[in-house]
Amino acid sequence: MHIFEFIRPADQTAAIATAAQAKTAQQGADVRFLCGGTTLIDLMKLNVETPARVLDINRLPLDKIETTSDGGLKIGATVRNSDLANDERVQRDYAVLSQAILSGASGQIRNMATTAGNLLQRTRCVYFRDTAMACNKRETGTGCSAITGSNRTLAILGTSDHCIATNPSDMCVAMSALEAIIHVQGPKGTRAIPFGDFHLLPRDTPHRETVLEPGDLITHVTLPPPVTGSKQVYLKLRDRASYEFALASAAVVMNVDDGNVGYIRIALGGVGTKPWRSPEAEAALSGKAADAANFRQAAEAALRDAKPQSKNKFKIELAKRCLVHVLQTAANG
Amino acid sequence: MATIHVNDSSAFGVLEAGQAENSANQIAVPMALRINGKEHSLRIDPRTTLLDCIREAVALTGTKKGCDHGQCGACTVHVNGRRVLSCLSLALLHDGEEITTVEGLGTTEAMHPMQAAFLACDAYQCGYCTSGQIMSAVALLNEPCGPDDAAVKELMSGNICRCGAYANIVAAIQQVRKRA
Repeated sequence: MHIFEFIRPADQTAAIATAAQAKTAQQGADVRFLCGGTTLIDLMKLNVETPARVLDINRLPLDKIETTSDGGLKIGATVRNSDLANDERVQRDYAVLSQAILSGASGQIRNMATTAGNLLQRTRCVYFRDTAMACNKRETGTGCSAITGSNRTLAILGTSDHCIATNPSDMCVAMSALEAIIHVQGPKGTRAIPFGDFHLLPRDTPHRETVLEPGDLITHVTLPPPVTGSKQVYLKLRDRASYEFALASAAVVMNVDDGNVGYIRIALGGVGTKPWRSPEAEAALSGKAADAANFRQAAEAALRDAKPQSKNKFKIELAKRCLVHVLQTAANG
Repeated sequence: MATIHVNDSSAFGVLEAGQAENSANQIAVPMALRINGKEHSLRIDPRTTLLDCIREAVALTGTKKGCDHGQCGACTVHVNGRRVLSCLSLALLHDGEEITTVEGLGTTEAMHPMQAAFLACDAYQCGYCTSGQIMSAVALLNEPCGPDDAAVKELMSGNICRCGAYANIVAAIQQVRKRA
């Protein structure tokens, strides 16, 4: 691990002012916010992340879950994943979020990992984690070892010739389906970023993973008021039953009225370079009968643009069946 | 014991990359860590993980280093009563907090019920993962967990046992839960 200066900012303003001196935004930056540490400390040990300054934001007052005036939920940036998943409001009104978080990592890691940290969680692509290998995300212009390498677990949606790294988060898949808003405070003020606009596709700049700018501090996430009567399901498929990243996962928030699909939101995990909302699948289902044939049609629509690599073609059918199963489970109520 | 004040970045003396590697004394910073109810006044390299601090600086070697990357659970300790992976945390993050290691649970003469149950159920073979398993299991008693073995297995999945003592580990945990 490279040496760094450890700073505990007195407040948000101090944290933002110091972070604003960074050359780039959070991920891979020379000034890094540190909270749970489950991604950052790991990557610092591997010399993948080498911040010169580490800002401990654990003690900033961003650890509350509060009901908003419109009946939604405000989730602080440093709320631990276990506290969020076990919050009774989340379990009652946003069950898909609770299910998604509890399907990820382990009890210890969920006790450490935070809301904002999970939003910024970095890929588990083995080539990204190994400084001996070429990786455009870690070191711009070096190439992508994964495209010609061991790519079984990597992405089939949203890839580019420069990067095929999977976004590993479960929480983000649920937040995508719930249309969460990410609230940021930066040197120029505050702004609210719709979930779908937060993560970036790799294109030819895979080192840029979000729209955050230097100094931007995620303060909280808001969830809109719960969708009345909705069925919410998250399913995660993986190589072992627990403590493993998704090969494919799906989150669904759905209302069925008189046998027809009403409100429908669909997002996929384990297959995309970012948390993968699927408006195509939603459009294919909206207003249609909630039956097996239409669920399959929606799954076909979700994966229509999938581009497999040499060792992960199986993910296309796996993701389709995952989504069909989730839709069926939600429809069965 | 005063805790460290880290608002003032100059307190740590900024070092250029490369300058630091062979100047451990220069970059060491003072901190206080409370482990098993005892205050420890330390000088540590800021990079020191909570795990290395517990083992090397405080010389409590019950907590084990397995993978050192958050994949095995051998380093599990409690911070303010909650289980965490000490290998993925910096010691500096924890001044003023209550750290509990396996040494703080019980003694050979007066074991914690979970330690006694591991013994009674033969819930280990080589023993290397055992302190992490026990720390996880004790924390699990205060977490939302369904009554059946499957729920226990799911919540214990972050603790790997290479000998494969899982069946007896689950039995030990269930024994304590049923008696509680």
